Amino acid sequence: MSLLEIENLKLSIGDTPILKDIDLTLETGEVMGLVGESGSGKSMTALTVMQLLPHAAKASGRVTFDGIDILAAPEDAMNRLRGDDIGMVFQEPMTALNPVKTIGEQVAEGIRWHTGASRANAEARARAILDRVGLPERQFPLTRYPHELSGGQRQRVVIAIACALKPKLLIADEPTTALDVVLQAQILELLRDLVQEDRMGLLLISHDLAVVTDMADRVTIMRHGEVMETGETARTLSQQKHPYTRQLAEASVHVPDRRTKAGTDAEPLLQVTGAEKDYPIRRTSLFGPPRHFRAVDGVSFSLAPGQSKALVGRSGCGKSTLARMILALDHPTGGSIRFDGTELTGRTEAELKPSRRNMQVVFQDPYGSFNPRHKVERLVAEPLHLLEPQPSPADRRDRVAQALVDVGMSPADMDKYPHEFSGGQRQRLSIARAVITRPRLIVADEPVSALDVSIRAQILDLFADLNQRLGVAYLFITHDLTVARAITDQVLVMHEGRIVEEGDTNRVFDNPRSDAARALVEAAPDLERAIARRLAAAQ
Amino acid sequence: MSMEAPPPENTPEHWLRLALRNRSFLTGLLITALIAAMALISYAWTPYDVTDLIVADRMKTMSAEHIFGTDHFGRDIFSMIMVGARNSIAVAIVAVGVGMGIGVPLGCWAAARGGFVDEALMRFNDLVFAFPALLSAVMITAVFGPGAINAIIAIGIFNVPVFARVARAGALALWPREYVLAARAAGKGKVLITLEHILPNIASMLLVQGTIQFALGIIAEAALSYLGLGAQPPMPSWGRMLFDAQTRMMVAPHLAIFPGLAIVITVLGLNLLGDGLRDVLDPRLRRER
Amino acid sequence: MTAFILKRLGIGLATLVLASIVVFAVMEILPGDPAQLMLGFNATEDALQALRNEMGLNDPVLWRYFAWVGGMLIGDFGNSYTYSSPVIELIGERAIVSLPLAVISLILSTLIAIPVGMFAAARRGSVADTSVMGVTQLGVAIPNFWFALLLIYLFAVWLRLVPAGGFPGWSGGIWPGVRSLLLPAVALALPQAAILARVTRSAMLEVLGEDYIRTARAKGMPRRVVLWRHALRNALIPVLTIMGLQFAFLLAGTIIIENVFYLPGLGRLVFQAITQRDLIVVEGVVMLLVASVVIVNLAVDLTYALVDPRLRARA
Repeated sequence: MSLLEIENLKLSIGDTPILKDIDLTLETGEVMGLVGESGSGKSMTALTVMQLLPHAAKASGRVTFDGIDILAAPEDAMNRLRGDDIGMVFQEPMTALNPVKTIGEQVAEGIRWHTGASRANAEARARAILDRVGLPERQFPLTRYPHELSGGQRQRVVIAIACALKPKLLIADEPTTALDVVLQAQILELLRDLVQEDRMGLLLISHDLAVVTDMADRVTIMRHGEVMETGETARTLSQQKHPYTRQLAEASVHVPDRRTKAGTDAEPLLQVTGAEKDYPIRRTSLFGPPRHFRAVDGVSFSLAPGQSKALVGRSGCGKSTLARMILALDHPTGGSIRFDGTELTGRTEAELKPSRRNMQVVFQDPYGSFNPRHKVERLVAEPLHLLEPQPSPADRRDRVAQALVDVGMSPADMDKYPHEFSGGQRQRLSIARAVITRPRLIVADEPVSALDVSIRAQILDLFADLNQRLGVAYLFITHDLTVARAITDQVLVMHEGRIVEEGDTNRVFDNPRSDAARALVEAAPDLERAIARRLAAAQ
Repeated sequence: MSMEAPPPENTPEHWLRLALRNRSFLTGLLITALIAAMALISYAWTPYDVTDLIVADRMKTMSAEHIFGTDHFGRDIFSMIMVGARNSIAVAIVAVGVGMGIGVPLGCWAAARGGFVDEALMRFNDLVFAFPALLSAVMITAVFGPGAINAIIAIGIFNVPVFARVARAGALALWPREYVLAARAAGKGKVLITLEHILPNIASMLLVQGTIQFALGIIAEAALSYLGLGAQPPMPSWGRMLFDAQTRMMVAPHLAIFPGLAIVITVLGLNLLGDGLRDVLDPRLRRER
Repeated sequence: MTAFILKRLGIGLATLVLASIVVFAVMEILPGDPAQLMLGFNATEDALQALRNEMGLNDPVLWRYFAWVGGMLIGDFGNSYTYSSPVIELIGERAIVSLPLAVISLILSTLIAIPVGMFAAARRGSVADTSVMGVTQLGVAIPNFWFALLLIYLFAVWLRLVPAGGFPGWSGGIWPGVRSLLLPAVALALPQAAILARVTRSAMLEVLGEDYIRTARAKGMPRRVVLWRHALRNALIPVLTIMGLQFAFLLAGTIIIENVFYLPGLGRLVFQAITQRDLIVVEGVVMLLVASVVIVNLAVDLTYALVDPRLRARA
């Protein structure tokens, strides 16, 4: 008998079917990867096992854990299982811990609840498991509060809570999605070690095929609430028998077709010299001198017309701050930023207008990028505000229609509201808004990180196509090296506010010289290499 | 991945559909409309003239002629409640208007400018909130003399920081949004962004707060009138009717019942309307049931 | 932590200073001549002038402002024009009515509201929740002075359980005093309790939707336990805010409630003083009430820091 057996699981919330006939088994000590895009039902499958579903959810079929019929188990029985035999790690470490309780209380709480241990005893055990997950007593006493820890450290606390009682099954729902690649690699390694030490079963849920390939013995691939394919990881992903598996794998490593543009000797389009940005830190004492945090520290680089350059680095390295300064949305503390021969720093909005016309932006979040109360025409036309003289209404509509066509959408879409579009379509709309003034530079801040892999591939193609057709230059900010490789010629590696390495994208990633770049490259998940490693290990 | 949050839907038809399904919105709307209709009709017609003092008919209980009875001057209570509604609604509406008209621009300005302006506004809020509202209303009406206009000013002043606070909080949450950044990248200034992107998206919050302040205004006006500082006789007002009723309660409890009920029902209607509006207009705030 | 306290203290102090300027200015433009008020309309111009000089009414404005503030700082609130006794004595006599009234109603309101709000949140969507929320919806809509009239009619006129108004003083023992404060306290407390219960419920529901509640449930603790151990303390923050704001409402409420019940408290004192143009009393009592609102809000801010470690850390 397997540790976890799911048979014919159906789930609906209200009248909406969420899961259809899910079958899945997991053995003791086995790592099962559950992969799928948004809406595939992978998280709901996990919450069904935990019986932590939303109120309106109705499940049928059979879910057996360790011989216990989960769907029929009363709440008391589930309470005995949760936290003791089944532990769970969630996606968002910043909100997963109670802000008003110490980490010691939160780890010890489950131990006391299940074992009836004394406070001192439970705290000793909490101490031991926190040590084990990499939070040693000297820096992380039990009396620390969650807000005193970083995202990665908080995720370690959540893992400690889940693993404190050495569960038979650990469910990890996108445990590293909110973390940068270096932290992701560390957390995955921790999970792998813990699972091996205690022979836990691990159900690892992820959208990232490369992560799952690295971690899982077997994979289950889901789509629209159904299981597409299930099997041993190396074989499933190397053979790619199921068309959807193939589609996912191809999208994950997709590289758009584009001619690389070598660095030209033309006048640079963008010239950043010694840019600096300080943020004030809350004072520790009332009378001490004001203190500052230097987010961007003496950054210099240049970008040629039509060139595509990546800016990569870990979260918090200052890359988004740099982007905002280039876009003149934030004032630099020092240094100079010249665009198309004009100095941008210290200019008024009116003086910036001509530069803004030639410089547009695409953001990460396709949902947050649009005022929900306006129609597409008005949204996409927004940068036309920069034109002088203002185009006539008819001209406006023509330009919006052209921009929509440019990004592969229909002119008829301009009378719709943004909520009528999917995430990928919205990202096309934000690109349409960016290209409507025919700018010479687009700054794109993580423009594909919120998208599913198949959509991401299409958007990357669109970026490549616009680069070729319109000759627009890109500054592509991303934490994802695969994306950087796919779409850029040159790369800047940023670390703690400084540029630590730059050069041709492929050369830097194949042969990183700085520690920061090497750490990024080593931590970055890579599907092809992961499959190769799996195959080698299998032989 | 986590990008599955259902987008807010903002077409008018969608709102209408939600509104027609929302019970507290419908009930609130119905009550509010009835009270408003009563106030409007009173301009053209009331069962009896509220300035007619018929001492022979004084303090009658409910009957077919006087459905709510008569007061100590023999005036028809139902007619007085109809006319009193005018006064209550007018005072509350103008007080809300004053609060919104001054508070919302202040709040938006503070959010857009930040720094010193923002700090000054917050301190101004602290100052106003430190005065118990009714106490200052009593002081203001004492300075300028009692009357409906001064009641409006007194209540209106306290609405200013309330709306300033709501507008500021809403605007501060919107300024870092990507669509606002995109508008800035499109060269739009703070005023234009506030008008195009901030205001439309905090309008629903303001509308909900408006109904709450409206309800509070009705109660505050009644309290001032009860203390003799609101509308002056012979203009009937609900609070004044309660004051007159108090000393005669032993013999004629109905004098106190109906004006009080009028206040409760009006305020209840407005609160239900506000709750309903919040559910309909702002899906993020919609409470799960 | 110290910086946080100092900042809040500074803000409180600034508010008080601004408030004193506003109160003083309002009193300056208030029509009516105190000297005339004290001597009556038959007084000679010489007598009036002499009294004005004696009372310092002819001194420059700034001088009078600082004299007034300085006096208050050492407990000298001046002498009432109409009662011809020191304001501080009047305040003392009246505070022993208003203070117990405010405290009893605050306790009453909190004791009712928080359990009711939690109960409703824990049983969200049930019949119990719906009916409790219906009652609070009604409670929010009832003006406290009308509620007071109903209570008087029911308990004093009809059942004759308590006096309809007036205050016997504390000299006859505690019980007669408390007895005559019971109805006013209930009238003040219940509408406030309705608001507080709704706030508690929605704060609890908000917190119950947070990720860390799911984490706690994933540890295997039942809903009920999670409610007490994890949700309550987080939900307390908005509840405390509202309680702080309500204190000001409560004080304002005493003005009207003391009038309904003929209680010789501060609210009635200030109301009468305003109508009698007894400016010095008005200034003193208003500043005292404003100071107590500021102090209560300061206390609320400090309680935040106790409840929420993130604020404590904002050193």
